[in-house]
Amino acid sequence: MTISDFLPAAPEISLLCSICAVLLIDLFISDEKRVVTFWLALVALLLNIWVVVVSAPPDPTTIFDGSYIYDPLSQVLKVAATAVVALGFFYARDYLRQVGMLKGEFFVLGLFGLLGIMIMISAGSLLTMYLGLETLSLALYALVAFDRESPQAAESAMKYFVLGAIASGALLYGISWIYGVTGSLKFAEISQSIAVRPELNDVPLWFGMAFLVVGIAFKFGAVPFHMWLPDVYQGARSPVTLYIASAPKLAALALILRVLVDGLEGLHGVWQGMVMVIAVLSLVIGNVVAIAQSNIKRMLGYSAIAHVGFILLAVFAGSEAGYAASLFYTLTYVIMAAGAFGMVLLLSRQGFEAEAIADFKGLNARSPWFALMMLFFMFGMAGVPPWVGFFAKLNVINVVLDAGFPGLAILMVLASVVGAYYYLRVVWYMYFERAEDKSVFQAGRDTRALLSLNGLAVLALGIAPGWLLALCLAVIG
Amino acid sequence: MQTIHLTIVLAPLLAAIVAGLFGKQIGRAGAHWLTILAVGLSFVLSMVVLKDIYWDGGAVENYSVYTWAVSDGLRMEVGFLIDRLTALMMVVVTFVSFMVHIYTIGYMHDDPGYQRFFSYISLFTFSMLMLVMSNNFLQLFFGWEAVGLVSYLLIGFWFKRESAIFANLKAFLVNRVGDFGFILGIAAIVMFTNSLDYMTVFGAAGDIARQDIAVFGGSPWNAMSVICILLFIGAMGKSAQAPLHVWLPDSMEGPTPISALIHAATMVTAGIFMVARMSPLFELSETALAVVLVIGSITAFFMGLLGIVQNDIKRVVAYSTLSQLGYMTVALGASAYGAAIFHLMTHAFFKALLFLAAGSVIIAMHHEQDIRKMGGIRKYMPITYWTSLVGSLALIGFPGFAGFFSKDALIEAVRHSHWEGQGAVYWIAYLSVLLGVFVTALYSFRMFFLVFHGKERMDEHTRSHIHETPAVVTVPLVLLAIPSAVIGWFTIGPVLFGDFFGPSIFVLPGHDVLAELGAEFHGSAQFLAHSFTAGPAFYLAAAGVLVAWFLYLKRPDLPEAIANRMSGLYTLLDRKYYFDELWINGFAAGGRRLGRFLWTRGDELIIDGVLVNGTANSVGRLAGTLRHLQTGYLYHYAFAMIIALTLFLGWLLWLQ
Repeated sequence: MTISDFLPAAPEISLLCSICAVLLIDLFISDEKRVVTFWLALVALLLNIWVVVVSAPPDPTTIFDGSYIYDPLSQVLKVAATAVVALGFFYARDYLRQVGMLKGEFFVLGLFGLLGIMIMISAGSLLTMYLGLETLSLALYALVAFDRESPQAAESAMKYFVLGAIASGALLYGISWIYGVTGSLKFAEISQSIAVRPELNDVPLWFGMAFLVVGIAFKFGAVPFHMWLPDVYQGARSPVTLYIASAPKLAALALILRVLVDGLEGLHGVWQGMVMVIAVLSLVIGNVVAIAQSNIKRMLGYSAIAHVGFILLAVFAGSEAGYAASLFYTLTYVIMAAGAFGMVLLLSRQGFEAEAIADFKGLNARSPWFALMMLFFMFGMAGVPPWVGFFAKLNVINVVLDAGFPGLAILMVLASVVGAYYYLRVVWYMYFERAEDKSVFQAGRDTRALLSLNGLAVLALGIAPGWLLALCLAVIG
Repeated sequence: MQTIHLTIVLAPLLAAIVAGLFGKQIGRAGAHWLTILAVGLSFVLSMVVLKDIYWDGGAVENYSVYTWAVSDGLRMEVGFLIDRLTALMMVVVTFVSFMVHIYTIGYMHDDPGYQRFFSYISLFTFSMLMLVMSNNFLQLFFGWEAVGLVSYLLIGFWFKRESAIFANLKAFLVNRVGDFGFILGIAAIVMFTNSLDYMTVFGAAGDIARQDIAVFGGSPWNAMSVICILLFIGAMGKSAQAPLHVWLPDSMEGPTPISALIHAATMVTAGIFMVARMSPLFELSETALAVVLVIGSITAFFMGLLGIVQNDIKRVVAYSTLSQLGYMTVALGASAYGAAIFHLMTHAFFKALLFLAAGSVIIAMHHEQDIRKMGGIRKYMPITYWTSLVGSLALIGFPGFAGFFSKDALIEAVRHSHWEGQGAVYWIAYLSVLLGVFVTALYSFRMFFLVFHGKERMDEHTRSHIHETPAVVTVPLVLLAIPSAVIGWFTIGPVLFGDFFGPSIFVLPGHDVLAELGAEFHGSAQFLAHSFTAGPAFYLAAAGVLVAWFLYLKRPDLPEAIANRMSGLYTLLDRKYYFDELWINGFAAGGRRLGRFLWTRGDELIIDGVLVNGTANSVGRLAGTLRHLQTGYLYHYAFAMIIALTLFLGWLLWLQ
């Protein structure tokens, strides 16, 4: 074994080194100069993207005896996750400074979370997957409780932790069932043994799979394993919510694609039903309950549940086009979610959390440009053409139709119509209500530029979605 | 040639777009120069087309420019059919439009909407050319609606005036009625032939005429009669035939150049043109021809009567237009399509002239339009006076002027038409056109005398300011006066009796009255001399002028006395036979009541109340209920997860 054999794991190794460096340097930085940590974290992230790109071997490879995978899918997901974390750090910086919470821990925990995400993305075995998941989850628990003074944050962190522990337990238990039946933890070997020995395809394996599905559904925040999500979205500080709402969705997608598609493809007929039930419940409950929300973070939380319904239905369809559609949907959703929470952060400041939907009233009068950006995010999420959300939804509906489920397609359209209501309500508030708050935004020029770019990307991707679609199809194939 | 055709159509369109969208940038002078040059170019090229096809014996061109869509074998195309009928119409349209463009510089001089106006009239020219040059029904319909749209925009050009808004809405709604018939007619054609192309449809005309169609219940109607009557309903709307005429007098709310261009010379004659173009269809339906004849007669006579009691200078001319359109329609009904088009052409010149002259008077009178407040302005405005005289003489058919040849030929055609000896229909038509001559002369010279002769009835301030209008106004008057005076003399022979239209107009051998008349035609001079002896038309016209002279110059006290004596008749005429009341209080009010009912009951109650808001309320209630599932208690959350897991496991066991 030479050093070049570790090359596929180079991003994780270098990121871990960067994190340690940031952690150490942060110790010697005074509170006034804490922004240096932010820049260091940013450098670490950029470095990470660079390493992901240059360290890529020419062909898909596995190391550590198949426990660790490099393939084009992992490269795309890692770049996307890193970029989204960087975006989140940027949006968080000005907010944290204003509320006096610009601490090094936020960035370090964020980086550790990213490390977990990357391990999950490259997982080749159930145990690697679990390792990444726990790395991510521990970072998230701590991030939610980041605001030590806030009882709300503590409560939601506690809920998240306990429920997360139950889900992890279910996952581990499922892993042990599967190991017991197939004698392996590696996805490739599990898949192989199911194919070779059809008699394995029976209740014991199914039980293991069911526990795994519960763990995956919890990570996604799909109904009925979603209960933590609205409470955590609302209870956590907004930058943390942004973090939870964006990059970990990519990890969850990797989880479902690796476990259910790579590992348990042979059980497709069995898990399809479970995924469908979860997806439909998510779609309906997410969209309907979002209507009743007055807190925008909570509303976006339920909206996230509804979007997960779409992602799961794309996976449910069980074709390559379906997996590509789920990847496209997740990538674009993450961009939109980061932007929407970025807007929430932009409106918040010392002593004022822009948490109520009503806080968006009259935004057009205060800042026509950012009202327009928020409109882009809302139209994008609602699936109004030509914003990118439309094509994401269209793709999923197409693959579900191709799979022969017109009823589900109709349900998706109807749910989208219901969903349009609460997105458009935000737009209504921005354009047709009088502003109560007249203060000027305090975010830096770079943050504003980035947020504008984010909004324009939602439109640009919708106008020219072809290349991203082609990319998704290529990395899945 | 095809490049020329395209240029003729596109030059005005391009000018309209530039003047409309970039009016500010190119300025007022830029707007009128651009549009005038474009329309001038179209006119010159139209002359080239006419020369090519008539004098040089060029072939009829029928081709498609662009295929817009093909649906189930039905080709929807943009294409041109350029034959002699089309070429003549193109020249008339572009010439009058050209004159009106120039005149507008003077008339709209101080108007803030200067560029917008030029943009509209150029757009109109484009639309009208599309209409006459079309080789298929779809493009015909496009042009038909486009001229209607521009007409609507221009009637309401001064959109801050309440009356202008009312008038353009009225024009729009009444034309809806006509256009509904028109599009039904086109639909019926498509139903029988599955084609929109003129030549294909004309080729299948014989087949259609042999088929029946059940319109109401079981009673079968001849398919061709149904199609032609439906198409003619469209013509009734566009060419303002009774009872769909009510919009035309009100359209005088628009600026005068528009009244001349759209509501006298060109757009309103689209219906006449269309029927002439469809002659291969109409000839095959005796019923439809009878309908055309009777509607035309009624319009010709009764609308003329209304002109006698009007006091607004433009409205008098408007009713005269209605009456003359009636004349053309009668000619169509008598299968004398050539006579109708011939009258259309001469009418375009002299009626545009009369309108522009009226506009000139209006400018001089500081936008006073009541002829009771005019009088004696002959000496202030000699050019306007003499050109108006030419126009009026042409209108009443004074021997030698353009209107004389066309109207006399038309009356003769009706008299000798195949309807002769067919009883009521024939006599209604013949008497109407004959008595109409007297009425025409009476109202024309009533107006002429009241405006230009007699006592000066305007106030002192206005009178001190009356002077001849500028050259941009008078030059078009003179240029229009020339054809109004002489064009009949030169063209009656070739156009009417020289087989000018050739195959573009189809007449059944038994119906061809113009050929019969042509056999007796021996030159314009002989036709002129013949008119004194052949029929009473000349003497009726002379009597009309005399009566007008006696009543309005010799004994100006008499008209009021007569009006008082015959108050019932006067009121009937003054209220225009109560047609406005019928339409506004009857149909419009009924329509509004129906609309209100559907709105409050159907829309608000059922669609909004039950379907839309009902669904929204249900979803809202559901949301209110479901949110309570989120209790906030950790053990509830954990419980939900465990229950779901258990259910899944149970399901898997059941699956096995």
